[in-house]
Amino acid sequence: MSDLTKLTIAQARDAMRKGDTTSAEITSACLTAIEGADALGAFVHHTPEIATAQASAADTRIKAGDAPDMCGIPLGIKDLFCTKGVPSQAASRILEGFKPEYESTITSQLFDAGAVMLGKLNMDEFAMGSSNETSVYGNAVNPWRRAGEETQLTPGGSSGGSASAVAADLCLAATGTDTGGSIRQPAAFTGITGLKPTYGRVSRWGIVAFASSLDQAGPMTKDVRDAAIMLTAMSGHDPRDSTSADIAVPDFEAALTGDIRGKTIGIPKEYRMEGMPAEIEKLWEDGTAMLKDAGAKIVDITLPHTKYALPAYYVIAPAEASSNLARYDGVRFGHRAKLAHGDGITEMYEKTRAEGFGPEVQRRVMVGTYVLSAGFYDAYYNRARRVRALIKQDFDKVFADGVDAILTPATPSAAFGLGELTNADPIQMYLNDVFTVTVNLAGLPGIAVPTGQDAQGLPLGLQLIGRPWEEGDLLNVAYSLEQSAGFVAKPAKWW
Amino acid sequence: MSIDTETARRVAKLARIKVEDDALPALASEFSAILGFIEQLNEVDVEGVEPMTSVTPQRLKRREDVVTDGNQQAAVLKNAPDAREGFFAVPKVVE
Repeated sequence: MSDLTKLTIAQARDAMRKGDTTSAEITSACLTAIEGADALGAFVHHTPEIATAQASAADTRIKAGDAPDMCGIPLGIKDLFCTKGVPSQAASRILEGFKPEYESTITSQLFDAGAVMLGKLNMDEFAMGSSNETSVYGNAVNPWRRAGEETQLTPGGSSGGSASAVAADLCLAATGTDTGGSIRQPAAFTGITGLKPTYGRVSRWGIVAFASSLDQAGPMTKDVRDAAIMLTAMSGHDPRDSTSADIAVPDFEAALTGDIRGKTIGIPKEYRMEGMPAEIEKLWEDGTAMLKDAGAKIVDITLPHTKYALPAYYVIAPAEASSNLARYDGVRFGHRAKLAHGDGITEMYEKTRAEGFGPEVQRRVMVGTYVLSAGFYDAYYNRARRVRALIKQDFDKVFADGVDAILTPATPSAAFGLGELTNADPIQMYLNDVFTVTVNLAGLPGIAVPTGQDAQGLPLGLQLIGRPWEEGDLLNVAYSLEQSAGFVAKPAKWW
Repeated sequence: MSIDTETARRVAKLARIKVEDDALPALASEFSAILGFIEQLNEVDVEGVEPMTSVTPQRLKRREDVVTDGNQQAAVLKNAPDAREGFFAVPKVVE
């Protein structure tokens, strides 16, 4: 078989089961593709020995019959996941040299199902960023370019390496994490599918924590079917994560009938932002028409507190981050600063954290510290948590009125150039998450699906938001949208 | 709301991040911009709304209060920048 790296999970699974190819062959093709793709900056730690051993074990299982769906599938793993004995440093200098003595629940589940790890993927430091430019490893680069240009574009963030690797066919799929849009925005920027599950659907154990009440891992894949297959393998209750839900995990792939007749799709008027590019507006209208043609009922809805989602997020996420990142103190793991004669423990903490954290992480930790400090806790942190409750109520009302899913743009623009927003005010960068962040605040499942291209040929995506715990239904609507949109474009290889 | 350099210095201290004096004014102005953005939240009527703790109305699961793990001293110390005689080592804390 040719072009093994271009296979979807479903195609690879079926081909391996039929004996048309093996995991060893697909894995080796991916490793070769990765070797030639340094210019993308996607893979930051390579694990070919682990991959080869896992692939061989997977082939034995497949031959014996009865192998799980993910068996033999080569994946990239975001650097935020702790992988035993393999560097896991959240793209931060402060975790340089850290090799966990344990395996995250999600990677354990994937490896138990026979999946293969090709290596660790680039990301924004501690998942804080929307362009993969805050990484200690340097930028990840989007395999897509504007027609006739060589400008390096961002793959989005924070799961930028995951998005770049999947879009460039370096791996069949990748893990991502999403605190404010970090799976969906990069998926939209690179023309792939990215799903953030309902909060509590997948375990957070062993994933470096950013904002614990918002963080959720999910699949980044070449299509909706693969997202369903991979989500099934990642999901489930974990006694080691007290917020993981003890509810049954359905076979999400079985939900993909493509029949959405009678479903009600809400179009929220608040997502029609002032100054929204005409291309995004048109993409949204086209997507709405596709769902309508497929038999869904389209209704206008209102989510009145949408405007306040980003400011609430930029209180809650930094507050939780300042608490979570307090553990990086130079004592138990990672970097410790060289101390001057006479330096005590306070100097050790302060120097270690100043050297170990990049500017964006420092900024967010300090903003979080400020909003939690005495005298400001009520004015900022508690107020933001109240607004968060109102944002969730907006969604509760809409779902109670019979809406099955909500369609919105995934991002306010196509991928932008690396460096274009670096010197801008940080809030310009934060605005990238304007359409995705509400979903994290309300704990809902959301998926980005590529449905079109802009005038310069760059991919554009739409977002579907579902009811809590109903990822199956959500994936089915996404599947219908995918079928109608027929997005098949691929980036031309330049790397 | 405008943050002055003294406040920036205090926040950096609370966060245990060393910030040099000459970097404080820029930091203060960044904080001011971000807090200015956050100030929008004051437009929202939150009277009578409970601050959200968890998106899913669920009671955290409990388990038997027994030891389930342990005897992993070597693994725990493995990644320490300075470990000696089975302990994490740090600069002198008590005079």
